[in-house]
Amino acid sequence: MKTFKIEHRNNHGFEILDLYGELDAHTASQLEESLKNLISSQKSNIIVNFRELDYIASAGLGVFMAYIEDVRTIGGDIKLSNMNDKVYNVFDLLGFPTLYDIFDDEKQAINKFLSDS
Amino acid sequence: MNNSVTYHKAIKAATSNLAEIRSFVAKHANEHGFSERQISDIQLAVDEACTNIIKHAYSFDSTKKFTIELEFDGSQLSITLTDRGQGFNPDRYKKPDLKKQIEKKKRGGMGVYLIKSLMDDVSYSANTDKNVLRMSKTRV
Repeated sequence: MKTFKIEHRNNHGFEILDLYGELDAHTASQLEESLKNLISSQKSNIIVNFRELDYIASAGLGVFMAYIEDVRTIGGDIKLSNMNDKVYNVFDLLGFPTLYDIFDDEKQAINKFLSDS
Repeated sequence: MNNSVTYHKAIKAATSNLAEIRSFVAKHANEHGFSERQISDIQLAVDEACTNIIKHAYSFDSTKKFTIELEFDGSQLSITLTDRGQGFNPDRYKKPDLKKQIEKKKRGGMGVYLIKSLMDDVSYSANTDKNVLRMSKTRV
């Protein structure tokens, strides 16, 4: 099992959070902190890259539910990218694809931000 | 003749134990020939059920314990989770209305729906002394 961690980087002016390991009710608070920090500094064009995330439970999805309105209110969005099939399946079961932009690749998420602005 | 095999574990009610529970479930389901996809489903269902016990039955009191039992019988895996905390009514949980929850910034209520979606059969009984959640999945 890989330890959960988050790395923050910038790609062409977009805030990227790279998730690693397993996101469950124990590790979800770390994601919550990262999103809160971005929102409080008015950084609202956020892409969460799931490439290295092996597992997600509903507590992880709950974090995206709790902050998406705040981000959209300040004119931004949280877009999700690079999920493996297992992780995508959980988002899909709960109906996320109709309310969130989920892309195969980070570049597509950036392009969507650019075409929307 | 009964050829079933049972594995048992007592767990302290702390979310830091969730990863270990997932490993426990995956190890034994793998030994008994479940596919990777089915193991993922079982792991998530067990994780959600244990999270509910830790959070709702025991309110994160890590001095409390609950038990998990895995019983493999032929192609069927039956999982029993037993706690002695606050019970709940699983029939109250339908598929969450995501749009409404997002508008109200409300999270949660998704675990029971996931458990019901991922497992073949789920039953729950809340008694005065203990709550028992049983769920099963047949190997394909």
